[in-house]
Amino acid sequence: MPINYYIFVAIALFCIGVIGVLTRRNAIIIFMCVELMLNAANLLLVAFSKMHHATGAAQNANAGIEGQLFVFFIMVVAAAEVSVGLAIIVMLYRNTHSVDVNFLNRLKH
Amino acid sequence: MSQLVYLVPLFPLLGFLLNGLLRKQLPKSVTSVIGSGVILASFIVSIILFFDVRAGHAGSVELFDFISFAKVHIPFAFQVDQLSVIFLLIITGVGFLIHLYSAAYMHEENSDHFARYFAYLNLFVFSMLLLVLGANYVIMFIGWEGVGLCSYLLIGYWFKNNNYNKAANKAFIMNRIGDLGFLLAMFWLLTKTGSLTYTDVFSNTSLLTPTDITGITILFFIAATGKSAQIPLYTWLPDAMAGPTPVSALIHAATMVTAGIYLIARSNVLFSLAAYTQDIIAIIGLATALVAASIALKQNDIKKVLAYSTVSQLGYMFLALGVGAYSAAVFHVMTHAFFKALLFLGSGSVIHAMSGEQDIRQMGGLSKKLKITYFTFLIGCLAIAGFPLFSGFFSKDAILAAAFEHNTLLYIGGLIGAIMTAFYMFRLLFITFNGQFRGTEDQRHHLHESPAAMTIPLIVLAVLSFAGGFIGIPEVFMHGGDKLSAFLSPIIPVHATTLSHSTEIMLMAIAAGSVIVTILFAWFRYKNYQPKETTGIGKFLENKWYVDEIYDAAIVRPVSWLGKFLERVVERSGIDWLVNLTGKSVQYGSRQLRLFQSGQVGNYVLLMIVGMVILFALQFFFKK
Amino acid sequence: MIAVLLILIPLIGGLALFALKGEAVVKGFALLASFAALAVSVGGLLMPQNSAALQFDAAWIPTLNSRFHIGLDGMGQLLCLLTSIAFPIIFIASWNNKYKNANRFYALMLLSQAGLMGVFLSMDALLFYFCWELALIPVYFLSSIWGGEKRIAVTFKFFIYTFFGSLLMLIGILMMYFKAGQSFDLNAWYGIKGNTSETMMFWLFFIAFAIKMPIWPLHTWQPDTYEQSPTAVTMVLSGIMVKMGVFAVLRWLVPVFPLATYENGDTISMMCLIGMIYASLIAIKQDDIKRLIAYSSIAHIGLMCLAIFASNKSGLQGATFQMFVHGINIIGLWIVADTIEQKYGTRKISELGGIAQKAPVLSILLVIIALANIALPLTNAFPGEFMMFNGIFSSTVTKYNKLDALVAGITIILSAVYTLNMIRRVFFGELKAATQNVLDTSAAVKVSLAIIVVLIFVMGIYPKPVLQLTNDVIDVIVLRMQSITKN
Repeated sequence: MPINYYIFVAIALFCIGVIGVLTRRNAIIIFMCVELMLNAANLLLVAFSKMHHATGAAQNANAGIEGQLFVFFIMVVAAAEVSVGLAIIVMLYRNTHSVDVNFLNRLKH
Repeated sequence: MSQLVYLVPLFPLLGFLLNGLLRKQLPKSVTSVIGSGVILASFIVSIILFFDVRAGHAGSVELFDFISFAKVHIPFAFQVDQLSVIFLLIITGVGFLIHLYSAAYMHEENSDHFARYFAYLNLFVFSMLLLVLGANYVIMFIGWEGVGLCSYLLIGYWFKNNNYNKAANKAFIMNRIGDLGFLLAMFWLLTKTGSLTYTDVFSNTSLLTPTDITGITILFFIAATGKSAQIPLYTWLPDAMAGPTPVSALIHAATMVTAGIYLIARSNVLFSLAAYTQDIIAIIGLATALVAASIALKQNDIKKVLAYSTVSQLGYMFLALGVGAYSAAVFHVMTHAFFKALLFLGSGSVIHAMSGEQDIRQMGGLSKKLKITYFTFLIGCLAIAGFPLFSGFFSKDAILAAAFEHNTLLYIGGLIGAIMTAFYMFRLLFITFNGQFRGTEDQRHHLHESPAAMTIPLIVLAVLSFAGGFIGIPEVFMHGGDKLSAFLSPIIPVHATTLSHSTEIMLMAIAAGSVIVTILFAWFRYKNYQPKETTGIGKFLENKWYVDEIYDAAIVRPVSWLGKFLERVVERSGIDWLVNLTGKSVQYGSRQLRLFQSGQVGNYVLLMIVGMVILFALQFFFKK
Repeated sequence: MIAVLLILIPLIGGLALFALKGEAVVKGFALLASFAALAVSVGGLLMPQNSAALQFDAAWIPTLNSRFHIGLDGMGQLLCLLTSIAFPIIFIASWNNKYKNANRFYALMLLSQAGLMGVFLSMDALLFYFCWELALIPVYFLSSIWGGEKRIAVTFKFFIYTFFGSLLMLIGILMMYFKAGQSFDLNAWYGIKGNTSETMMFWLFFIAFAIKMPIWPLHTWQPDTYEQSPTAVTMVLSGIMVKMGVFAVLRWLVPVFPLATYENGDTISMMCLIGMIYASLIAIKQDDIKRLIAYSSIAHIGLMCLAIFASNKSGLQGATFQMFVHGINIIGLWIVADTIEQKYGTRKISELGGIAQKAPVLSILLVIIALANIALPLTNAFPGEFMMFNGIFSSTVTKYNKLDALVAGITIILSAVYTLNMIRRVFFGELKAATQNVLDTSAAVKVSLAIIVVLIFVMGIYPKPVLQLTNDVIDVIVLRMQSITKN
């Protein structure tokens, strides 16, 4: 399958994520959209890694392996982020009884 | 002997310091003894110096280095020569008489102010002596400004009266306009010749181009118009009559106002090279003589008449300077010092007798009660009018003859001025001393002759006013009679007349005849004077050609308006507004930028993304 | 050693004052410290010029090649003398004034003195900049804590304005630093030949100095600040701090950028002339004594700057002399203004009148100082003005020299107008409602004014020692300025 399809899917996912972050006020949904963007990036990394490997395997058996490695890094970071982020959201909910991010403009004052 | 010269100004300075610092402690008698005594001491030294100079010991004495920078050295040095000793004698001699007179005239002041008065007067004499003694223009300028200061202080002597203070300010400020001319002329000279010492400057005139000489002399002349009250800067002198009458006699008649003449006579080497400037001086001098005389015709304040008369006589002196008759000008300075001091002191005696009244319409018939004053005043009037054999006759004749030689028009103008002078002086004399007394009953009872301390100076000055002219008898009458010109010849080259003897005698006869006719005319017109309203041209003259009003509208008010405009408009809503605008726009800008920090997470993210998109776009489109 | 002491005495004195308590103790200590500084600077005068004791050089910031290099040359000595005479006079004159937290007030005063001394002594540009700010900051606090009603806004403006200028100067200093091969040393800067981009650096420096002096149109901070600051601080500001600007032009501007000075001379002369006439005209219409003095000061400073840009010995000597004289005289004027305000509760000329009847001694002293302010001969301002005008008139770097002198000369007339009008309306005439009270001038005020009057006459009659003091250093500057016009 040509690489283009992967790229289009990734862009679509990423845009959905961006628009979600921009338009939604629910912290959890924003959070999920952020994940969506991360996963779009992951998808691209995996796809390009595969492509690299296909073209460069003759010279180097490990060609393109870095992309796959990075994906794992990102997944780990994302997991850590989720744990911290969700904790914040839980605290937020406890304090304000809402997960609306527009409530969080107190730092301004 | 000329080493003693520093004593001459030193005495008045000591008098000033003593009277000024101990004014609370000293009784009036001591104050007046100190005040007059120091001037007498200076007078005695001056006489010694005079004989010394006559014996041929002119020279200069350097006291210390005043200002020196780069190659310029301006020493604090005194010059003792023929011109300066003549002025020394006039200043200290007449000055002493006026000090003596003041002791009686100012007796009603309390001792504090009495001492202040004498301190100022001593300081004035000190400054005036510096002016004439200086061996360079800077020392002259010190005296020049010093006399201006003392004039300011003495005009505003009665400082509670705001009008007097205004007159004092006016005098000082108008003088300052002239002073600027003096300063610029000095800088010009210094730039071109590298020195301001008279002997250096006058021996280096070859370094000056004609433009330089014209420029320098015109600037010096501007200085002289300020100090010597010539058009256009004369209006301060009549207002200066706010000061005590002896001050008017000393400063505003006999000495200070002749400083301008001294300046030009001193610089005669320069002025003789500047034909263009000389013409200007002659014209301005004559115009001043005529304008002031015409104003004097219609004044009713006894001191104002004398003030305008002074302006007019000073005009004559400038006329003489303008036609190159420097020694005639100095001669007139001297005779004028005698008779004008006499007239002012006489008017002081009248004012004293009239309990402060100065309006001649309220006087009349005073000759019966004030015999000495009347008689001396009469001599003064005859002298100033140029009645034959009186001092003014000789000095004025010398000026008119020189004017005739130069240009007939100048002579005719001068003659008209002389006729007007005779008329207004005798108008003043007859209105004041003849006819019926027109004052109040109180004043009539109070009428009395002044004490001896006042009448003695009057008598001495009257003698001088009569006899003072005999040192300058024209060649026509007596060979070697013009002793003054001969004496001054080392400083002022003798002006060899080209007029024939018969012409000269004819000129004198015309002048003397017209003066006598005018006096008779004034007698018939004013022997039984009754005040009446003036109209038409008389009104115009009474209001002094409205010159003060014109100056007020053309200079004083625009300057004042400009000051206000600059402050309100340019400063507040111009420059400062711009400065504040810078500050305000920073504040405004930061307030606007603050709105970006809305605290909405969504906004931040949006901005982040927009920023990223822009960066990508830049990267994409503007790579290389 | 002398040079170091001049900075150290006020610095240590100032820091020590923070710890002291009790008003009399504080005042006495401040006076003592200022007298000690005076003694040191007089001691410096007695030493031969260029003697080693007048110099001090030590490493300061080695990585930047900046040295703690201070030295007393003739001009520095003159200005240090001014500073060390002015402070005792100010302390004496304000002896009876009450200040809250007096120890902090006097401490800050002494700190600013240290800064001022540093400015006049520095031979290293970075050190100069450091001291320049050191002098400013205490004054900012003094004005904004002890000042008048509008003090916060006014001193804020003052601070930002001058600080803005300082930053421009800092940029200039850094540019010069690299031009001179990474050196802040004054002599290294003087040695540069054929400097490129001089004009830009010239203006960076000039704007900083022009704000400080101030030169029209950068002057608007001044009247407000003078009006709002406590008078003792105003005296420091107008008596000494504005001289920093003139001094800096003489030391750090015209000799460093002779070509740009020559090229921009006419522009700056024009600014000076406009400012002189402008300030004089405004002064005529002022009703507040303090503002009147402030505008008069702007006119006088304009003349000094104009004389400097005449680029000859006469003008520079005159300006240097006048820096000292103006500092002394204007402090005298402030003392009188302050005394009047303290006693009658107003500074409005229109509400005052006839004070001469109530306070004859004060009036006499004021008249003398005012006459010095209008440069009457035999007062100390005359030699300076004479030389400045002569310099302007005979300047060879501009073809408008005569016109410059004439226009500048008009301020001689205008200064008489506003000064005499002020005297007339405040001291002469009839008493007004506000001036009915008897005014017994305090001994402290009389003493301080008497010192000033003595200085006025001594320097006016015998100016030679001062002229000799600055002769050599002026020669160096003039030589450097004329090195361009000669070619």
